[in-house]
Amino acid sequence: MHNIKAIYAKELRSYFNSPMAYIFLVFFVLFNGYFFTNTFFLIDQSDLRSLFNVVPLVYLFFIPVITMGLIAREKNLGTIEVLSTLPIKDHELVLGKYFSAITLILAGLGFSLVHFFTLVAVGTNIDYGAVLCGYLGLAIVGAFYAAIGIFASSITENQVVAFIISVVIVLVFFLMDKLLIFVPSSIAGLIQFLSVEYHLSNISRGVIDSRNLIYFGSMIWLFLILTVRLVEARKWR
Amino acid sequence: MIKVENLVKHYGDVQALRSINFEVHDGEIIGFLGANGAGKSTTLKIMTSFIAPTSGNVYVDNLNILEHSLAIRKRVGYLPELNPLYGEMKVYDLLEFTAKIRGIEGKSFKKAFSRVVDQCGLEGVIHRPIADCSKGYKQRIGLATAIIHDPKILILDEPVSGLDPNQIVEIRELIKHLGQEKMVVISSHILQEIEVTVDRIIIIHQGKIVADGTSQELMSGFHGKVQLTLEIKNATEESIKALPEKVADITLLNESKVNDHVALALEYPKEKDPREALFQYALASNWVILEMTPHRAQLEDIFRMLTIEGGADA
Repeated sequence: MHNIKAIYAKELRSYFNSPMAYIFLVFFVLFNGYFFTNTFFLIDQSDLRSLFNVVPLVYLFFIPVITMGLIAREKNLGTIEVLSTLPIKDHELVLGKYFSAITLILAGLGFSLVHFFTLVAVGTNIDYGAVLCGYLGLAIVGAFYAAIGIFASSITENQVVAFIISVVIVLVFFLMDKLLIFVPSSIAGLIQFLSVEYHLSNISRGVIDSRNLIYFGSMIWLFLILTVRLVEARKWR
Repeated sequence: MIKVENLVKHYGDVQALRSINFEVHDGEIIGFLGANGAGKSTTLKIMTSFIAPTSGNVYVDNLNILEHSLAIRKRVGYLPELNPLYGEMKVYDLLEFTAKIRGIEGKSFKKAFSRVVDQCGLEGVIHRPIADCSKGYKQRIGLATAIIHDPKILILDEPVSGLDPNQIVEIRELIKHLGQEKMVVISSHILQEIEVTVDRIIIIHQGKIVADGTSQELMSGFHGKVQLTLEIKNATEESIKALPEKVADITLLNESKVNDHVALALEYPKEKDPREALFQYALASNWVILEMTPHRAQLEDIFRMLTIEGGADA
């Protein structure tokens, strides 16, 4: 735990020592704000559904940006050699980095609370439970995409390649349930179960089913395990 | 004590190490010498657990890198080749981070911090981003992170390459000072860089150790001849021609005339020393000796012979 914390603090500091964190936060808030306010006053409903619909789209490109450097950059700089000869286990390294990305994503979501305050100010009959569940869903999906992102970052030492790989993987999970009409009905159920949208919509609706949590939990676990294995793989090349 | 045993490493079809064996004792500074690509870095990377050997093992006291990698990493300070550092990080932050991972925090960090800042001469750059520091400073920053936990074992991969002569002397002094109480392994592909710093030299060539010993041992074990330059005046042709017959063990290699001087290149077996006989002969022939310089085989020559000709017996 101690080592995870040390790595976490270093990563977070490196986000804020470079323009990365600021650019991410500013544009994340701008994008979401634009798409949210665009429709919020038109549809005349006291909820944040338009925000909850747009954030997963914004995630598609924003999360790969913040995760692409996590491991790829260490490999590129050669600092991976310093890090992995320190007395840290590989999973501590991966987790510390992963949590720092999650923190940045949560910070972005935190800034989007400004829309919630708008809602409180102008809305009536607000369903606070729905807002809470909506945010919970976004946080979980963010964590899932970040796990994909760090995995992609461990494949290569080129950050652009890592970015592209993670966008592609995220896109696959994101679009899966939109492709259902093209697949044979025998596997449609499976594809639907693997898609992010299917599980996210449940959570956003306020139905927090253990199946949805197990889906996200095991997907995150899978990508993190793969990342740890890839980091370890340098030893046996 | 460090014991490296039968290390073998393959990168795909390439055999980087073919069976490396050596030992490092307490308080010893070892120079690991070889041409680029000889296997120096690979050996050091295995010793620091960055990569795993294909076969073989490294023992530190009663631990080995295959089973106790974490425990060994705690005792080792490592400066990788090319000294990779985070450019955007401040020097203080990097040292704090490294110390934290090493379990040094609070008061003991303050102590360790002022020790390494002092030893590595970092006072001027503590709050500067690393990217803004000069190459010499960067090298010292890398070294500072390697010794922040006062490790028993220090492994430095080409610590002085690319530095200017003054910086090389500084780093050398520092390493020598550190080596008084630690086991130090330094690699280099340039002999002069480490010759004066190290207690023992290991020469590695194509993944094999071709020589292991102090510089004295390496040179005395080297079968060679000593060349001698003799510059004389007032010499007749006949007296020069007669020289090899009159003085035992000497061969005349070359003869060149400069004005009224004659420069002779002579050679004699290492274990003989015919200089006194040569002097007596010069006296008898009425030569005036202007210069007499023997050229012993330098460590450099041994290194070159071992690593270029594929390893004569040293």
